[in-house]
Amino acid sequence: MVAKRDKAQLGFWLYLMTDSMLFTSLFATYMILRNSTNGGPGGSELFSMSFVLVETLILLTSSYVCGLANLAIHNGRKKEFVMYLGATIALGIAFLTMELTEFGKLIAEGHGPQASAFLSAFFTLVGTHGLHITVGLIWAMVLIWALYRQGRQEDILRKFSLFAVFWHFLDIVWIFIFTIVYVMGVK
Amino acid sequence: MGAAIGMPLTLVAIAAAITYFKKWGYLWREWITTVDAKRIGIMYGSVAIIMLARGVFDALMIRSQTALGGPGGSHLFSTDTYQQVFTSHGVIMIFFVAMGLMFALFNIAVPLMIGTRDVAFPFLNAVSFWLFFAGMILVNGSLIFGGFSIGGWLGYPPLTELQYSPGPGVDYWIWSLQIAGIGSLLSGINFFVTILKHRAPGMTFMRMPIFVWSVLVTTVLIMIAFPMLTASLALLSLDRLMGMHFFTSLGGGNPMMYINLIWAWGHPEVYILVMPAFGIFSEVVATFSRKKLFGYKTMVIALIAIMFFSFVVWQHHFFTMGAGGDVNAFFGIMTMIIAIPTGVKLFNWLFTMYRGRISFASPMVWFMCFAVTFTIGGVTGVLMAVPAIDFQVHNTLFLVAHFHNVIIGGVVFGYLAAITYWFPKMFGFHLHEGLGKAAAYFWQVGFLLAFMPLYALGLMGAVRRLDNYSDPTWIPFFIVSAVGVVVVGVGIACQLLQIAYSIWKRKELRASGDPWDGRTLEWSVPSPAPFYNYAIIPTVSRVDEWWYQKQEGVKAPKDSDYKDIVLPKNTSFGFVIGMTAFVFSGALIWHIWWLVIVSFIAVVVMIIMRTMDDFTEYTIPAAEVMKMDKEARA
Repeated sequence: MVAKRDKAQLGFWLYLMTDSMLFTSLFATYMILRNSTNGGPGGSELFSMSFVLVETLILLTSSYVCGLANLAIHNGRKKEFVMYLGATIALGIAFLTMELTEFGKLIAEGHGPQASAFLSAFFTLVGTHGLHITVGLIWAMVLIWALYRQGRQEDILRKFSLFAVFWHFLDIVWIFIFTIVYVMGVK
Repeated sequence: MGAAIGMPLTLVAIAAAITYFKKWGYLWREWITTVDAKRIGIMYGSVAIIMLARGVFDALMIRSQTALGGPGGSHLFSTDTYQQVFTSHGVIMIFFVAMGLMFALFNIAVPLMIGTRDVAFPFLNAVSFWLFFAGMILVNGSLIFGGFSIGGWLGYPPLTELQYSPGPGVDYWIWSLQIAGIGSLLSGINFFVTILKHRAPGMTFMRMPIFVWSVLVTTVLIMIAFPMLTASLALLSLDRLMGMHFFTSLGGGNPMMYINLIWAWGHPEVYILVMPAFGIFSEVVATFSRKKLFGYKTMVIALIAIMFFSFVVWQHHFFTMGAGGDVNAFFGIMTMIIAIPTGVKLFNWLFTMYRGRISFASPMVWFMCFAVTFTIGGVTGVLMAVPAIDFQVHNTLFLVAHFHNVIIGGVVFGYLAAITYWFPKMFGFHLHEGLGKAAAYFWQVGFLLAFMPLYALGLMGAVRRLDNYSDPTWIPFFIVSAVGVVVVGVGIACQLLQIAYSIWKRKELRASGDPWDGRTLEWSVPSPAPFYNYAIIPTVSRVDEWWYQKQEGVKAPKDSDYKDIVLPKNTSFGFVIGMTAFVFSGALIWHIWWLVIVSFIAVVVMIIMRTMDDFTEYTIPAAEVMKMDKEARA
């Protein structure tokens, strides 16, 4: 019989491929609609590069820390693992808070998702990424709980390896968002 | 109206019958909580057959309306009802009949054909089915509560935007497709992993039955295409729920964006439906010609070629968008190129029959009907691939005739052949042959009567989805077409009768493990296939392994060959998650926000609970496997 871990990993990679198709559709929609500002302001007036840069660095760091957690669990150092995964969660929450702050600011200034097709596409693309981050955060918390509940090395390893892939995937998607939405939007 | 009274009455009658025969416990333990692919397949198939009856009833309503809709004629239904009927006809036929039958056949045939006991993720498989089921309830429930979408099966905006469709109809449409679509996506991943990781030892890629190949390429299409459906429906839903401006006529929205997105899914979708049918005919023709399939390798290459090309043709659905000559030329040429691998297949089947010892059992009759009908459909398709011609017939009944020509002639005939072919493997008895053949002929004749006049009408300028017209010369064509639908209806009646009669006479129709003198592995196990599929996992050394094993003499297994079997435990999570998804969608459609939140959290909690459970399997000891296997073979 095929190892359960092997199957789960292939299945999960395939899921990520489908997820990247979902993001591809949203990116394509954004590219088409980015100039349809309905007479309102475009990206260059709305985005603050320094703010987004900090956001990006936080997310990249969380990915790095997640890698450290991966090393720790592979070597069976559970305490260290929980610490690093905890740090990953904290950085993820910081990222999400910044994103929501940006959203809140835009909406408060009257540039909500209803204002124009451009803003609809912007909020949906970036928001979908944020939603994925939220799922990842819940998942990471559940993993810590699972570790304390049963703590079978093999099961935790299997589940965590999937989470790690997911988290890195979200990093890559964010790099695309950073480039296509923010860098290309501001210039 | 009729449906609004009829459906609840039928449900009450079924529930009463189950209660009377005290079958609730059985239903729950053996079916609703099952994770056995074969049973899930049978449930998919049962839902799809019931939906087929409803879809044809819709068709009958549509054609009655147009038969009477001429100058001076009367209206059977209001235009609004008529629009709901053609929308639900398309949605039901594609998503709940064709997709349902397709997943039924995946579940029934794939694990058996590749020599495994179950799919890669049995629990996920159950979730997929119950999501499909939930979507089906939403479509049918809309008849009673609030009405369905009037936007056609693909729901083009801006008509389906809040401004023009303020009722819940479009939301029903969005959410039934959304959750059924997510179920399909999960199934796609599931079967891809199953085929990659679960093949019997020795079954290399080039030793897989062609049906398994066709499923493999289909799952690739599903995984790439379905996320685009999810995205386009989600964006339309955001327009409607949150007042966004993706596809609205105001606020900078771009309706053509939606049409591009949905067809980027929609065109691969029709290949998702038809490729398994190609696979089925490859099995059927080889089996009933008693010959190895002609051109195995070219068959595989053709499947893969179609897989690639199906992603670069979507724009041919709207040449009239105005993308310009170069773009239209590109998509037109790509569309024509697809005809080449498809033609290769058809010739392969014909060459397989050439000098074979053909027996005309009903699956073969379906093939003959398919070969003719599908070819006509293919030819009209190539005709419309020429943008200049497409401009003339765009959105006319000519188009309607074309796609029914390929979908009925290809997909439906293929799946109906497969049901007859694999029915004995699932239930241990045959379907009645005479009624099966009668059904095939009624379908074929009915199809020609119903759709050939539509080609003519299309060329005469009749647009699709019209319900009244002022040209008296059109009346006879519409009447013939309506008669055709009635003939198809007789065909379906034959099939329902066939099922009932075969169940009644099941003792006389009893089938052995290998009733058709088959070629592939599924025919090496007893009929009905035991819940563990294979007592001993077979070893494969060539294409058509079972056929050659029979020639060399099948050896009885030794007692030491039996090993412990590990199988997944039944679980109610699949059913409960599906039903909660149904509640979630219903709450969204009716804007009951607290229920949206509660049911969403419930789904998340259930998924977490399920992933926390590491003990989802049980073991049958080798001795017991041996005992059961010997009894089944006796």
